[in-house]
Amino acid sequence: MQNAITLRRRRELITAGVLVALLIVLPLPFHDPYTRNLMILTLLYAALAQSWNILGGTCGQISLGHSLYFGVGAYVSTLLFVWHGVPPWFGMLAAAAVAGLLALLVGWPCFRLSGHYYAIATVVVQEIAYLLFLNWDDIGGASGVYVPFHGQSWLNLQFRTAKLPYFYVMLGFFALTWIAAWWIEGSRWGFSWRAVKDDVIAARSLGVRVFPSKMAAAAISGGLTGIGGAIFAQFVGYIDPDSILSGPLSILIALPAVLGGVGTLWGPLLGAAVLIPLRELSSTFLGSSGSGVDLMLYGALIMVVALWRPQGLVSLFQRGRNGSAS
Amino acid sequence: MAALLEIRNLSKSFGGVAANVEISFDVAPGEILGLLGPNGAGKTSLFNSISGEVTPDAGEILLEGRRISGLGPVACAMAGIARTFQVVRSFDSMSVRENVMVGAFTRLGSTRAAMAQADETMEFCGLTRRADAPAHMLSPAEKRRLEVARALATKPKILLLDEMLTGLTPTEAQEGVALVRAVQAQGVTILMVEHVMEVVLPLVSRAIVLNLGRVLTTGTPAEIVKHPEVIRAYLGDRYAAG
Ligand SMILES: Nc1ncnc2c1ncn2[C@@H]1O[C@H](COP(=O)(O)OP(=O)(O)O)[C@@H](O)[C@H]1O
Ligand SMILES: [Mg+2]
Repeated sequence: MQNAITLRRRRELITAGVLVALLIVLPLPFHDPYTRNLMILTLLYAALAQSWNILGGTCGQISLGHSLYFGVGAYVSTLLFVWHGVPPWFGMLAAAAVAGLLALLVGWPCFRLSGHYYAIATVVVQEIAYLLFLNWDDIGGASGVYVPFHGQSWLNLQFRTAKLPYFYVMLGFFALTWIAAWWIEGSRWGFSWRAVKDDVIAARSLGVRVFPSKMAAAAISGGLTGIGGAIFAQFVGYIDPDSILSGPLSILIALPAVLGGVGTLWGPLLGAAVLIPLRELSSTFLGSSGSGVDLMLYGALIMVVALWRPQGLVSLFQRGRNGSAS
Repeated sequence: MAALLEIRNLSKSFGGVAANVEISFDVAPGEILGLLGPNGAGKTSLFNSISGEVTPDAGEILLEGRRISGLGPVACAMAGIARTFQVVRSFDSMSVRENVMVGAFTRLGSTRAAMAQADETMEFCGLTRRADAPAHMLSPAEKRRLEVARALATKPKILLLDEMLTGLTPTEAQEGVALVRAVQAQGVTILMVEHVMEVVLPLVSRAIVLNLGRVLTTGTPAEIVKHPEVIRAYLGDRYAAG
């Protein structure tokens, strides 16, 4: 069967294939670690925002506490590695499982809250977790955990100075989140979740199970975010609550999707490609991040996009589809 | 013939407002039953109870002899009850086809099957031309059709129409009437709310008139229009006397 939906989905898949091919060669001409680092972070945040978008964009449940899943994923994988020598590839699976379960645990009471209260609840839960980890001495507390170097290997995702392998791992992670989002978009789940986002009462009158829909979206979103945490921990070699389980990070996870286009397939990548380099520039020229200047920058960006392109930056690339005429 | 839907002594109040008081009636399979009454009579509230959106305070609702009241909207939809809304509730981030697919997914798991079902239903409702339009771009009349299509895509036994003809031009209303007839011809039982008598009466086999939350009278269209209480409820005491 051929119709606008199947054609669009095929086009998306082809675009993604071309894009991945381009991204594979993108870092090759750039040899300085700074640029490659930036590319890695851009892909990381694109993937995290893509994961966030599965819950926030597709299902309409705005989480402002996603660093919880990122941070817990990082801790799970890292502690398994440090304590038991479990390779991070398996650590990632454990991270995904624990983060996904945690998302269900947060969702259980919080999805009964409506609208803004859910967003607020996610902030509160994440802040509580932050304080808990900060004071939890068995897992390093405020001083964090160093990931010991076990020699250069793909199995352990550790490389002495090379950045390229991490780039490809991040690209793989991004591709995973994108494919998940693409698959969901075309499946019964995706339709149900979007129905929940658009109109809960109409959705359930058509037999859509609202609460389980939110739970499933949260579990997948949280699980994918946890994988990101596991990879990030190997990449930076050191984790502490301030760098991986903080409020500003939660915002930074959601922001590329908001900037690029909430609920869209390409918004997260586009948003990250704009936001992450900009953030690097601002911390280079305006001093280190965390000074509040970058938060002001984000705020300004959101306002500009909200006023100028309410549907996000992806709407720049759409030819009249979905009412960009307005 | 056994009733498809039975309403037994149903009461529902919101705070101090008694929206429905001891309402009882049957809907026979295959019929178009009108539900009439002035604004605030309790018609939409009754639909909310039948579709599971609210739980009645007292009484029960049976579909094919099985109790459905209090089971919630999802169970009611699965059991075969579909509805449209007085104030249109389209999924505005989706195209028309996607809206109808949500309905089709009620009984289908695969996207391909849901698409085929949606195409068939859109064709039936005269929406094929608008299949790829974003739902929020539709005209009011088209939005009403979309609600009917979405509901029909769930393959219901009974369809509840809440003022689907209200606010349409006479031509659009006539097209709506034709659609309702076509739905009935497919074997779907219809319970329709309309407070404009001229529109409903030619369409229905019987009608229930509600007033102030209670059943005022039940009968054929000819009986309804002659009923003094109905005239009073609609037009006021002056007309009833004359
Ligand atoms: N959810 C609700 N909360 C409070 N009052 C309600 C609610 N639903 C209906 N009512 C009240 O019940 C009465 C009947 O309303 P409704 O069923 O909408 O009437 P109709 O559809 O016949 O115009 C009205 O007085 C209305 O204000
Ligand atoms: Mg009403």
